[in-house]
Amino acid sequence: MIEALAFYIFSSIAVAAAFMVISARNPVHSVLFLILTFFNVAGMFVILGAEFLAMILVVVYVGAVAVLFMFVVMMLDINFVELRQGFLNYLPIGSLIGLVMLIELATLFGSWVVTPVIANRGLMPTPSPDITTNTHALGNIVYTHYVYLFQAAGMILLVAMIGAIVLTHRNRPGVKKQDIGRQLNRNPANSVEIRKVEIGKGI
Amino acid sequence: MPFENLPDLVPVLPEIFLALVIMSLLMFGVFQRGGRAETDVNTFRVISWMAVVTLIVTPLLVLSLAGSTLIGFGGLFISDPFSVFCKILVLIGSAGSLVMARNFLEEHDMARFEYPVLVVFATLGMLMMISANDLISLYMGLEMQSLSLYVIAAFRRDDTRSTEAGLKYFVLGAVASGMFLYGASLIYGFAGTTNFTILEQVLQRDTQDEYGQSLGIIFGIVFILSALAFKVSAVPFHMWTPDVYEGAPTPVTALFAIAPKIAALALFMRVMVGPFGDLISEWRQIIIFISVGSMLLGALAAINQRNIKRMMAYSSISHVGFALMGLAVGHDSGIRAILVYLTIYLFMNIGTFACILAMRRGGVMVEAIDELAGLGKTHPLMAAAMTVFMFSMAGIPPLAGFFGKLYIFLSVIQAELYLLAVIGVLTSVVGSFYYLRVIRLMYFEDPDEPLDRPVSREISLIATLAGLVTVLFFLYPDFLVLSAATASSALFLN
Amino acid sequence: MQAFLAEYLPILIFIGIATIFSGIAVGASLFIAPQRPDVEKTSAYECGFEAFGDARHKFDVRFYLVAILFIIFDLEVAFLFPWAISLGNIGAFGFWSMMIFLGILTIGFVYEWRKGALEWE
Repeated sequence: MIEALAFYIFSSIAVAAAFMVISARNPVHSVLFLILTFFNVAGMFVILGAEFLAMILVVVYVGAVAVLFMFVVMMLDINFVELRQGFLNYLPIGSLIGLVMLIELATLFGSWVVTPVIANRGLMPTPSPDITTNTHALGNIVYTHYVYLFQAAGMILLVAMIGAIVLTHRNRPGVKKQDIGRQLNRNPANSVEIRKVEIGKGI
Repeated sequence: MPFENLPDLVPVLPEIFLALVIMSLLMFGVFQRGGRAETDVNTFRVISWMAVVTLIVTPLLVLSLAGSTLIGFGGLFISDPFSVFCKILVLIGSAGSLVMARNFLEEHDMARFEYPVLVVFATLGMLMMISANDLISLYMGLEMQSLSLYVIAAFRRDDTRSTEAGLKYFVLGAVASGMFLYGASLIYGFAGTTNFTILEQVLQRDTQDEYGQSLGIIFGIVFILSALAFKVSAVPFHMWTPDVYEGAPTPVTALFAIAPKIAALALFMRVMVGPFGDLISEWRQIIIFISVGSMLLGALAAINQRNIKRMMAYSSISHVGFALMGLAVGHDSGIRAILVYLTIYLFMNIGTFACILAMRRGGVMVEAIDELAGLGKTHPLMAAAMTVFMFSMAGIPPLAGFFGKLYIFLSVIQAELYLLAVIGVLTSVVGSFYYLRVIRLMYFEDPDEPLDRPVSREISLIATLAGLVTVLFFLYPDFLVLSAATASSALFLN
Repeated sequence: MQAFLAEYLPILIFIGIATIFSGIAVGASLFIAPQRPDVEKTSAYECGFEAFGDARHKFDVRFYLVAILFIIFDLEVAFLFPWAISLGNIGAFGFWSMMIFLGILTIGFVYEWRKGALEWE
């Protein structure tokens, strides 16, 4: 019963927040509503038994991606009022596309049928979360059976790193930096010079 | 439980080699003395040549796998004659575009060593795409290729057109990848698996229930088709192509027009013929529609173009439309025709872009088609090469382009898709207008100011080689046609 | 499923209490505090001219680079979580596959260190 109640609360807030993302006037508010959506979706994932996915959603999506959105929104200084001018022009075709997708979703649900062929050959059973938690189940197969995809993911992260640095990093010349190694390597021989000074005379 | 058997690494050897080379080139480049300066020309040259050598050595590794079908990593990776053929094409295309890029990048202050590294990365992604036997590994290869290409499209950071091109490509490419994932998740939901081999068994014609094929599968196929059509730049998902081709730096455009198209078309063929092969009655009409649209748009929209890179973008759209005609056939003669067409397309485009890269005046690139006026008098050899390529793209015998179109038309007529063949011929005739216009400009107009001399050595070498292949193809077409036949029959084996 | 979800019940109760508390804090000030904005009240205090323009200067792109590099290493850590839990089950092969993954990302790390992307100025 609590499960059903939690699901209804999470899903209604998620849908409302998602709607507010596109209709908020201030772009920073949009990002904050997006974060709210992510949290509620993470709650729904926990209800489904995919708790690893929920935690990753919070850590990666909210912790990194939403922060990145925030940076971009602040960097671009978007003037939402101007952007909104054409909103009413595109409203009919936008709602038409939304209607088509809704009809498609409903049709798919109505025609959901799993033939015995597919059930025998295709589907693989997933373990119940009581026995093997989501994280354990993922850990058992990602690094062994799917090692090719895992390493490919590593290479894609490497591309992302190279790409980010290529596109945004600029060497600023003339900036004075400390070279700690050089500073620590000074010895009295090359930094201090001892001069004998006669009494009454200067250097 | 412990994983006892090590996966067989032999099928993945070319990809592992490329990955190791990428990482070593990256480390080598960043540890050079001039590494702090942003454009260190010597490092760039060394790494560029090493990358080209790698891209020429890798086809030998790929060829060592030829002749057998190996499935690796638990069904995620497949290496068969089809993938060998397409991988060699992609590697030749990338190597050629990297060789042509050196001079341009040095002149325009873009000579950073990350460029060759990113090109090799994109090629690695393309190889992974071609060998994918699972929707997830397909997505991985697709994303690796796309990410590298987004970055090099925007490589000229201080030029608004280049960053605009990169941004447009990125945003639209991300939407296309999202559509692909949506379709793939629908397929998984309604078929229970993402593996192509199992999907092929599950989706066979004789296992349909009385309601016909599951609607979810059809929706999934349509979404995946849309995403792949975007990557291949087929109508109606072609909108990014002219702007991105025009805005990106010219050697990047050369790479875009050649290697990713071949890889994406190979992927298209494998996905449509493999798991969804028995559903051809459902997706044939979509392919016919896409193909006709691309040919029409490519022929008509290029007529008004003033910029040669935009013209080449529309030309590539029309070539893709032609190639997709062979896919609508659904028979292995169609796939063979596409493979022959792609090889010839590779050489024609490499040569054309080599000539476009030679168009400079006063050290600055010029991109208007009118700048080619009078080239016949000022640069006779380059004009001759350009003539060969333009005639070949228009499909005039006895140049290679004619043979490519011939095989496609033969397979289409054999499959009794007569209307499609007629539309193909008509659009080919209309489209030849803008190719012939270039030739007319070169020989029958007076030059204003001649283009720069001397043309760099790499560009003239590539243009000559490509021109020779295009002209002399008719002497010995059997080698290509027979290897394409081996490759295409490997797709239809199951 | 029920036994599994029962472990998360405390978190749900915690979220509920947190929402209620923050709701009370914001709602109380909204309803109880007197709010009567006036032109004079919101104008510049004591002396000076009205503000013109925006106080913010152009956002620096270095923040963005730091955020992207953070995401990449965050994803690396996300891959490390299930591996750490199931290392006993996947044996030596699983160990070495993760080491290769970490090696790939270490190469990226060395690259960005040498390029100077980790320095602020």
